[in-house]
Amino acid sequence: MSLDAKIPQGPLAEKWSKHKFNLKLVNPANKRKYDIIIVGTGLAGASAAASLAELGYNVKSFCFQDSPRRAHSIAAQGGINAAKNYQNDGDSVYRLFYDTIKGGDYRAREGNVYRLAEVSVNIIDQCVAQGVPFAREYGGLLDNRSFGGSQVSRTFYARGQTGQQLLLGAYSALNRQIHAGKVKMYTRTEMLDVVVVDGHAKGIVTRNMLTGAIETHAGHAVLLCTGGYSNVFYLSTNAIGSNVTAAWRAHKRGAFFGNPCYTQIHPTCIPVSGDHQSKLTLMSESLRNDGRVWAPKTVELAEQLRKGTLKADQIKEEDRDYFLERKYPSFGNLVPRDVASRNAKEMVEDGRGVGASGFAVFLDFADAIKRLGEETVAAKYGNLFDMYIQITDENPYKQPMRIYPAVHYTMGGLWVDYNLMTTIPGLYALGECNFSDHGANRLGASALMQGLSDGYFVIPYTLGDYLATIGPKKVDTSHPAFEQTKKEVIEHVNKLLALKGTKTVNEYHRELGHIMWEYCGMARTEEGLKKAKGLIQALKADFWKNAIVTGDNEEVNASLERAGRVADFIELGELMVDDALMREESCGGHFRVESQTPDGEAKRDDENFAFVAAWEFKGENQPEVLNKEPLVFESVHLTQRNYA
Amino acid sequence: MSNGNMNLTLKVWRQKNAQAAGKFVTYKAENISPDMSFLEMLDVVNESLTHKGDEPINFDHDCREGICGMCSLYINGHPHGPKRGITTCQLHMRTFHDGETITIEPWRASAFPIVKDLAVDRSAFDRIQQAGGYVSVNTGGVPDGNAIPIPKVVADEAFNSATCIGCGACVAACKNASAMLFVSAKVTQLGLLPQGQPERYRRVQSMVAQMDEEGFGNCTNTGACEAECPKEIKLTNIARMNNDFLSAKLFRQEVLHEEQHGGA
Repeated sequence: MSLDAKIPQGPLAEKWSKHKFNLKLVNPANKRKYDIIIVGTGLAGASAAASLAELGYNVKSFCFQDSPRRAHSIAAQGGINAAKNYQNDGDSVYRLFYDTIKGGDYRAREGNVYRLAEVSVNIIDQCVAQGVPFAREYGGLLDNRSFGGSQVSRTFYARGQTGQQLLLGAYSALNRQIHAGKVKMYTRTEMLDVVVVDGHAKGIVTRNMLTGAIETHAGHAVLLCTGGYSNVFYLSTNAIGSNVTAAWRAHKRGAFFGNPCYTQIHPTCIPVSGDHQSKLTLMSESLRNDGRVWAPKTVELAEQLRKGTLKADQIKEEDRDYFLERKYPSFGNLVPRDVASRNAKEMVEDGRGVGASGFAVFLDFADAIKRLGEETVAAKYGNLFDMYIQITDENPYKQPMRIYPAVHYTMGGLWVDYNLMTTIPGLYALGECNFSDHGANRLGASALMQGLSDGYFVIPYTLGDYLATIGPKKVDTSHPAFEQTKKEVIEHVNKLLALKGTKTVNEYHRELGHIMWEYCGMARTEEGLKKAKGLIQALKADFWKNAIVTGDNEEVNASLERAGRVADFIELGELMVDDALMREESCGGHFRVESQTPDGEAKRDDENFAFVAAWEFKGENQPEVLNKEPLVFESVHLTQRNYA
Repeated sequence: MSNGNMNLTLKVWRQKNAQAAGKFVTYKAENISPDMSFLEMLDVVNESLTHKGDEPINFDHDCREGICGMCSLYINGHPHGPKRGITTCQLHMRTFHDGETITIEPWRASAFPIVKDLAVDRSAFDRIQQAGGYVSVNTGGVPDGNAIPIPKVVADEAFNSATCIGCGACVAACKNASAMLFVSAKVTQLGLLPQGQPERYRRVQSMVAQMDEEGFGNCTNTGACEAECPKEIKLTNIARMNNDFLSAKLFRQEVLHEEQHGGA
């Protein structure tokens, strides 16, 4: 199948404006004849639901949590980028575009990324109008900070809770439409399949998580806004409930999966404390603005630190290696996430890791406290320091923090064209659920931007074009495809409920996580990936024989919910390994040990790998087929990233 | 405060659904590390129940970093446990002693019916927000972000109210099961900001009316909500809400106000 990304022709800066003009419109009086299904209520889902309902469409919105306000966007801390250039420091739409393309290691589409930078400015205006309490200067205007390797201050923030405030803004817009009767909200409802009629997505099958009722819903289009799949690693900074099921079931119905191996490992997380750990906690990378990353210069000192016979503040200045500042003098502690993460890993492998486990490096605020005073540091990072104290029982005002990378975001996702449509016509993917804008590595404060860009400012235009093309004639749930898909979902649920083996679903999930982290994590080798593939296949076979699923369908059953999600994660894990194995280059978050520069940096192979990998499902236990969408660069010159 | 691993006795409320009768069931939690979070301790108990073929304890949880508002356990007589300013998921076992007996209940309020075991239905909170917890602006066509200067102190104060995570601890803590702190936090956030002015008096009346309809109790100023709020939302929010509500009722303030500001 040849993939058409539908990127508009013409100069970069005019593509989106021209495209908007060329898209068909739905007559205002006809909009109420269309039903739109939106799964997920994070930034992308809530903003899309509110915006489409405001236009007059009938929206059905679904989330698995008890309230749409709890979607995992709520946990984003640091901020949201926008090319406002309020600081007069040289920012522009083009610069944000350029930074994002370069940061993504030239594995994203120019057209998409430019549009993202272009609409970023509207997002801030929209959120302010909703009453989102962004940080402000004494003069009453919006405050900005530099964030995650950016050399301009373009990040808007709301203390360390930016995601929460933006999501509550989108949730309030959604609530207004629920109140107006334009959105029907289904909470504690999990999507388990897409219904495809004559090649077009026409609805979904859901499970009511309170009663177990398996139900069908029909619509003219289906929007998946279901987030990323970091939890394939078991331990990640995602919420416990975050899962790939909606996207994966859509994939098995014909939606191609783009770049599954592109995962982001975030450098500043609180290290693992033991086997009981259920999730990892990220601390905003804004901490790297004032914190200095270091490890002891020698293995001997590191050993003493690990045993606890020496404390961090007893290490002399000349015995500390501020390795990011040393290796990357112009970016220092603010190098991109993948670079910072890999360097921490190298320190640990070098035997210079700290903390009881040895899997950590220091993030030190002593200099910042000396320079700015404890009060200023507390005003900037107080809530993050408090969080650290809660979890570790250590005081970062007195001792340096211990940090270690953790899986945080997945750049891969369902393949979509410029209109955000997947390879199933009528099925769209927005936000982290799609693969589109971050290439092989996402810059800090860009996830919130993309989620809201897709929901507020892209889908309201592009969806209309499709709806105008298909017309308002309804396909309802009496169509045999709905009954058939529902039957298959019930069979799958029953198959899970029949599992009465010896190992808990959680144990399988943890084991999958170990395999993924070890062989498909921060550094990947051909040998390791091949081994991982075998291990995952064996795990899958064992799961379907020996897993334990308790209870019945007709009740609240967390064990059943979890089992369905883990079964899908296992299948996704294998595809990620296939993708990582195929991509014999290093780029962004994907580091193939075989492909590195003499300095140990990621080495791209633009001649052979400047493409999007879009994987096509061919049936249970069949190898997936690779489709390639070539990446064409007309505006930027491809360079090897260099942050020295 | 404990250092080595602990053995604990748990008295956990089990209830199949809203209709069924519930009861306390006693479980042993053994070899618990002080570094575990409270929810991770329950994970350990649930794993062992699953191995025995018993039904695991149902509880709500998601982000496990104190921001989603989903976790909601009433531990030893306190919503979110004995420590101040944190959610259940941020409570760590080092807070407890080896050999201790811990009582775990769901939020108890008639407006929060039990879903199963320790999980309750808080959809009443969503309905209150739907009644008016927003600024009525559509996507697009809004002024530039810096066209509305807001004094920093006002923005900061609005932010303090906006940090509410909607967990319901305030209701669980209140002897009257009042939702005043929750409702007043949103009323205050939007009432302080210029964007919220046009609908200020209409909003407070709609939200309070919905709150009453949901069956939450009245406020008698005991302050338990403030003491137990994981985000430390202040009682002054309730004072602000009462002020706006009374102004609206006594002086039909919303009419005057909307004439001045051009309301929705």
